[in-house]
Amino acid sequence: MKDKIAEKVLLFIALSAILSLALITFFIFQQGIPLIFKAGLANFFSVKWAPTRAGFGILSMIVGSLMVTIGALAVGVPFGLAGAIFLAEFSSKAIQKTLKPVIELLAGIPSVVYGFIGIVILVPFIRNTFGGPGFSVLAASIILGIMILPTIVSISYDALRAVPSTYREGSYAVGATKWQTVVMLLIPAARSGIVAGIILGMGRAIGETMAVIMIAGNALKIPGSILDSVRTLTSTIALELGYAAGDHRAALFACGSILFFIIIILNIIAIRITGRK
Amino acid sequence: MIVRTANLSLYYHKFQALKNVNVGIKRNLITGIIGPSGCGKSTLLRVFNRMNELIEGARITGSVLIDEEDIYSPTHDLILLRKRVGMVFQRPNAFPLSIFDNIAYGPRVWNISDRKTLQEIVERSLHAVDLFDDLKDRLNDSALLLSAEKQQRLCIARLLAVEPEILLMDEPCSALDPIATGKIEELMIELKKKYTIVIVTHNMQQAARIADDVGFMLLGELVEFDTAKKVFTDPRDKRTFDYISGRFG
Repeated sequence: MKDKIAEKVLLFIALSAILSLALITFFIFQQGIPLIFKAGLANFFSVKWAPTRAGFGILSMIVGSLMVTIGALAVGVPFGLAGAIFLAEFSSKAIQKTLKPVIELLAGIPSVVYGFIGIVILVPFIRNTFGGPGFSVLAASIILGIMILPTIVSISYDALRAVPSTYREGSYAVGATKWQTVVMLLIPAARSGIVAGIILGMGRAIGETMAVIMIAGNALKIPGSILDSVRTLTSTIALELGYAAGDHRAALFACGSILFFIIIILNIIAIRITGRK
Repeated sequence: MIVRTANLSLYYHKFQALKNVNVGIKRNLITGIIGPSGCGKSTLLRVFNRMNELIEGARITGSVLIDEEDIYSPTHDLILLRKRVGMVFQRPNAFPLSIFDNIAYGPRVWNISDRKTLQEIVERSLHAVDLFDDLKDRLNDSALLLSAEKQQRLCIARLLAVEPEILLMDEPCSALDPIATGKIEELMIELKKKYTIVIVTHNMQQAARIADDVGFMLLGELVEFDTAKKVFTDPRDKRTFDYISGRFG
């Protein structure tokens, strides 16, 4: 009897998670999608963003979001993968036990703190070293790259550790060195997990808001170089939702819909890749 | 004598897994090592290609000579040793790569990248384990789709591709059914024409069928070592007799 009640309660809680996801999805699309059709696709995917005067072009923000995301991957993937390989294959148990939790702790730092460090240290450094405003694609890429490290490191680490040790022995048995074993065997064998980690990191980078608002400069144009300021979809929503009304507000929800769509696709790809073994 | 140990002992931290082992492996013969679980027979095998070094806390005293050269001397090239002394494992460990890439793995490790040369090596190695006719049209399929027996043959082919001299086999048939076991045994008898084989086995009948020399191990000690015929028909030591007659094990 008690079991039955517990089962029902747990089922209700589990279903409520699905229900809230469904409601959020429905709400965002219901608020945003009509505007896309009202404005027309040509207007919506143009660069002219003047939402109070019927200019709903979000192209520069899409480009901005993609640029900082790609930049974040360019920083986060090499470092993250190298870190995961070192932890999984080249370090002692003691080092693994200390380092892995420390790296995972990076995920616990609030994004506003990352943004703060970016403003105080990174932005002036870029301005003084490379020129430009400092608030730039480069600054955002570096900070986001660090923010996605824990995701990439811990998922890639788990994927590498999950490769059976008999493979390693088989590789050593034909005379392979440790490094050859990593490059020729372990990375291909752990590929699906590593790619999933990268895609999840990508989702985190594209969805990050606070740190990006603080350091990307938020200029509404397609950047000419990585030293230019840029504005992302998430920044636009966060910056403008406070005062937006009518079609402007709907346009922000449309931005949200597009963002939501991109992230859902990334997650589906990640699930597909990890599921396929 | 291609492999010889002198007063070899091995410790895992404080535990002594091998006790003063003196063994001589002859060229182009199959040497079987038998004994109950935990007697140290796999440990002894893993001494010959220094695979024990992967285990934390393992250290040896005494010496292991291959062609009268101490393989544990600091100047000895570990990587070359592993190429010379190949190893087949208990469970077939075909890599999650294509059949071709599995066999080309070793040559690629040794910096052979020319496609034609690799193709030749793959074909030659598959012929040597009698898989070529079966697999010649499926070289790009995943090796993991093969049956356990074929995977084990593939693992042997992978070793042969780097042209070793000695093949160490750690219970290579324990994951196979009797028919597959028989086929792998035939293969081993065929391979001893070109290679020296050391096989660890749980299965006394298997040792009796294929081994020329047999060593019996118990609690880390090499109790008896002689020709298979002598060990199985007229053992010197009472413990060997008790084991082969099924009193324990």
